[in-house]
Amino acid sequence: MASPILEIRNLCAGAAGKEILKGIDLTVMPGEVHAIMGPNGSGKSTLAHVLAGRESFQVTGGSVLFEGKDLLAMSPEDRAREGVFLAFQYPVEIPGVSTTYLLKTALNAIRRQRGAPELDAMEFLALVKEKMKIVEMDQALLNRAVNEGFSGGEKKRNEIFQMAVLDPKLAVLDETDSGLDIDALRVVASGVNSLRDGRRAMIVITHYQRLLNYIVPDRVHVLHAGRIVKEGGKELALDLEKTGYAWIEEEARRTGARA
Amino acid sequence: MRKEMNVRDLATKEYKYGFVTSIESDEIPRGLSEDVVRLISAKKNEPEFMLEWRLKAYRRWLTMEEPTWSMVRYPKIDYQDIIYYSAPKSKEKLASLDEVDPELLRTYEKLGIPLTEQKLFAGVAVDAVFDSVSVATTFKAKLGEMGIIFCSFSEAVRNHPELIKKYLGSVVPHSDNYFAALNSAVFSDGSFCYIPKGVRCPMELSTYFRINAADTGQFERTLIVADEGAYVSYLEGCTAPMRDKNQLHAAVVELVALDNAQIKYSTVQNWYPGDANGVGGIYNFVTKRGKCAGVNSRISWTQVETGSAITWKYPSCILQGDNSVGEFYSVAVANNYQQADTGTKMIHIGKNTKSTIVSKGISAGHGQNTYRGLVKILPGAAGARNYSQCDSLLLGDRCGAHTFPYVEVKNSTARLEHEASTSKIGEDQLFYCRQRGISAEDAVSMIVNGFCKKVFKELPMEFAVEAQKLLEVSLEGSVG
Repeated sequence: MASPILEIRNLCAGAAGKEILKGIDLTVMPGEVHAIMGPNGSGKSTLAHVLAGRESFQVTGGSVLFEGKDLLAMSPEDRAREGVFLAFQYPVEIPGVSTTYLLKTALNAIRRQRGAPELDAMEFLALVKEKMKIVEMDQALLNRAVNEGFSGGEKKRNEIFQMAVLDPKLAVLDETDSGLDIDALRVVASGVNSLRDGRRAMIVITHYQRLLNYIVPDRVHVLHAGRIVKEGGKELALDLEKTGYAWIEEEARRTGARA
Repeated sequence: MRKEMNVRDLATKEYKYGFVTSIESDEIPRGLSEDVVRLISAKKNEPEFMLEWRLKAYRRWLTMEEPTWSMVRYPKIDYQDIIYYSAPKSKEKLASLDEVDPELLRTYEKLGIPLTEQKLFAGVAVDAVFDSVSVATTFKAKLGEMGIIFCSFSEAVRNHPELIKKYLGSVVPHSDNYFAALNSAVFSDGSFCYIPKGVRCPMELSTYFRINAADTGQFERTLIVADEGAYVSYLEGCTAPMRDKNQLHAAVVELVALDNAQIKYSTVQNWYPGDANGVGGIYNFVTKRGKCAGVNSRISWTQVETGSAITWKYPSCILQGDNSVGEFYSVAVANNYQQADTGTKMIHIGKNTKSTIVSKGISAGHGQNTYRGLVKILPGAAGARNYSQCDSLLLGDRCGAHTFPYVEVKNSTARLEHEASTSKIGEDQLFYCRQRGISAEDAVSMIVNGFCKKVFKELPMEFAVEAQKLLEVSLEGSVG
């Protein structure tokens, strides 16, 4: 039996003194794809950012082990170098810095950490050319400043492209489907699927079931008010699609009242 | 909280040029008087016309007042407490590099400028100014074959007095401003460069300035003349030892471009900025001006100002010739307690003259960065055009950025564009880079370099690399 890649135990976290995550438990095995669904404000994005090490959120309790190592003790860059990747819901723009330059710096920082030799410009270019195909990325975009003047779809594609190049062990996709039309969604989802290789684990955060038609998860977790209130297989997502989140909220209120 | 910690941890990297060379120097007593001016001139064996010029400037200076209109604040300078001349002691006149004090050569090597020609990387001729005098000029013979004169200012006064008489003060008159007048009275050396008609200078010319002795002021003068159809690219670098007392640097640079000539002047200024608490550092009060005297001439200023406790500097262009072009590309950094008040003046006189201003100000720590610029279109400048872009980047919340763009237009056919922005280095940007595996330090330098790209692109290649590194050192740990 393989050991988990990610073990979240009773994770509590908040921002500006307000508690948002109120005891999350989640275990992810290598190769698994877990979907985290939930209504707005349930704490989905907070979970994504806490895993990536965003400092504006404070962890108030619990533990997170990544391949057995204390993830919470690591700086954001160390987490990335260990193999944690976050595809941002709102990718930022960095004027004057090309995607190629950002990625080459990032990849070599990761490779240094892993004791692998740095890639020179030619090797890097070859890698980029190969990975561009995955999300039908246009070469011209790569030489432009990071996300500057990109459309919503181009920004999301750029995230998945970066994921392909950096080759993480665990990818957290934060509402990668938001703001995408159906064609863009298909491209992004097929890119993600091509990166499922039986070893890489993924946490797919989404509000809608739509994305999960394309990226079929192994497990679905429903987050509500900072807690996972329901878990199941991929069919749980379909149930949610039919019924919405109202019944979950209702059920949560009842169990909350009982507790 | 942890972010705050990071910021502190990363704290400013040390100024790596802060060493002092122990070398015997020939200094004159402190203070300024007509006798001191005469003494300096005598020490340099100058012809009578030079002494007269100095005295005229000195007398004018006595009637002037130190300017107070800039944003920089500093304790009153005691001009009688400064040593106005300091030169490394040498037994005799230096005929070649072999005779330069080995200690001095070691200093330059430490600074990364090997003077020995074989070690020099191809294409850069260096004139090195140590404290007040020019120590050595490389590649002189090779340039001489093309008729290019590149030598110390003192040599030029002795060997080419007709050129000095003609052009000295023709762009920055001795009466121009307080610091220029002071410089004109006491300047001790500097570089002179003349590119003859139709000659394209085949290598970058470079002057390296170094203040070594304590309590001295450095007052050098640079004069570059590009005759008709000539081209030259000129680089200037500066460093100084770390001292806890402020030192004055008041230089003057004059550029003259005749018909169809082009001068590209690049500066990487890295004078000692003072420590993290604002103690010590160089006061850099510099007058730089170029005159596009001829038609179709072009002058470009590119500056990266990372050093000095105070920078007061406005490299300007007088666009006299029709169709002449003036350009100003600037990156100015104010970290810790540094203050920078810098910008440019573009004076459009000729028809269809064009100017471009790109200014990138970076403020960090308690630094205060001011852009001050003037675009002046005179009545005769029909069809004049100007494009100005002034961007400020703030790192942290204790620093400041100020922009004063002045515009005077006296011709209705002129077209001017001005864009300005102020932004803060985003926590979002920083986190994004770190999430990709890039350290906070590298991320800051990446974001800042991106911000400055438009200016760095204007620098000669080897200088651009230097400038990027310098920026990293100047800003490390300043994000809060």
